[in-house]
Amino acid sequence: MDQQAIFLTFRLAAFTTLILLAVSIPLGYWLAFGQARWKPLVEAAVALPLVLPPTVLGFYLLVLMGPQTAVGRALSTIFGHPLAFSFAGLLVGSVIFSLPFAVQPMTSGFRSVDREILEAAQLLSADRTRILRKVLLPLVRPFLLTAAVLAFTHTVGEFGVVLMIGGGIPGVTKTLSISIYDQVQDFAYRQANDTALLLLGVSFLALLIVYGRRGRAGV
Amino acid sequence: MSEYLRIDVEHTLGELTLRVDCALSAAWTVLFGPSGAGKTSLLRVLGGLTRPRRGRVVLHGRTLADSSSATWVGPAQREIGFVTQRPTLFPNLNVSANVAFGLRGLSRRSSEERVVQMLELFQAGELARRMPADLSGGERQRVALARALAPQPRLLLLDEPFTALDADLKVLILEQLNRWLVEHKVPALYVSHDVAEAFQTAADVMVIERGQIQAQGPPETVLASQREQLLGQLGSSRTVFNPARLKS
Repeated sequence: MDQQAIFLTFRLAAFTTLILLAVSIPLGYWLAFGQARWKPLVEAAVALPLVLPPTVLGFYLLVLMGPQTAVGRALSTIFGHPLAFSFAGLLVGSVIFSLPFAVQPMTSGFRSVDREILEAAQLLSADRTRILRKVLLPLVRPFLLTAAVLAFTHTVGEFGVVLMIGGGIPGVTKTLSISIYDQVQDFAYRQANDTALLLLGVSFLALLIVYGRRGRAGV
Repeated sequence: MSEYLRIDVEHTLGELTLRVDCALSAAWTVLFGPSGAGKTSLLRVLGGLTRPRRGRVVLHGRTLADSSSATWVGPAQREIGFVTQRPTLFPNLNVSANVAFGLRGLSRRSSEERVVQMLELFQAGELARRMPADLSGGERQRVALARALAPQPRLLLLDEPFTALDADLKVLILEQLNRWLVEHKVPALYVSHDVAEAFQTAADVMVIERGQIQAQGPPETVLASQREQLLGQLGSSRTVFNPARLKS
């Protein structure tokens, strides 16, 4: 099995999950309780990766990260190298691609909280962070777990976006899904099967954790 | 008690248009009216949970809301305690943590003392370590009252919080509550749709119908002016406790 690809894939999935959790908590809160008129616009943008072919998203990200655009040049300056075909570029693509898998469970979680509980907290404390930390997050913990697991497993299984942005460079951007693809191309079915079994096992285990916890929490 | 609350607001919620222009000066005012008259809507405006389309709310000389100057004070900064009909305790926190949630600027020890003091006031001291899911409806309501009073608010809003309690417990809690309010000079606005309760307990009564105040003043005066309408509702009301004990 491709050890480099295993390490790279799980490193990418771990970083992506951490970033997505940090993003999805405030974004999910805003989508659940915010009243801005343009909220549907944000909701649609967040959900876009669910319906968009990964190659389309990957293509636009590749163009955006390229030296022809101002964003691409700015990112090159910040990171010291072009983002395309690098781990950082892969991370940006993964975060965008898996965004709905983290944000939507969090939004559902916040929406499931009794409005009167939120109002009771708002009557007693003006500190939104404290309300979030002491009341809301403990109440949406099962949804937080779902968001983390879905973001992680979805990133582990990514193919289209990763191939478009990363190009499958061994040790740099070649993840397990690309490794399987290459192994099949080389007729190395036994190796492809080993790698695929690993992904299957990880994904099943992760979902088992989610559904097991949900069952106990009665969610 | 001199005038402590000035309300002049207008707000539309579905088919109800709330138009209220009044001042409160009694220590215990009962807001009385039929279901859907706008009682809860008015309390939500006062508590800062609903922002009125137009108008002004002034509590103890402090402007809490003023549409003309876009002034808006958030619920927690209003120093208003609010207890609703359905006690909504934080299900993940035990009783002590629930009561302590609104306490700010106190040392840990003072905070703990306040929690014990408030729970004991409502005979709920033994519930301190219990979780809300393990409490009965009456116990939850007592904890909700303790939580609302713990930060020592400057006004207490009670939205029919005792409807689920049996008469004896209700009398007991009302007496304890009244004692605390008098001691701390905190006025209360108490919502009721029970005619007998409203007129027996109140120092002042406000009658609200279809979003507008129909009458306001001492019970005898309001009863005289609204006699016909109120007598029609007496059949569905029930006497709950001795008014003399509460009024004192």
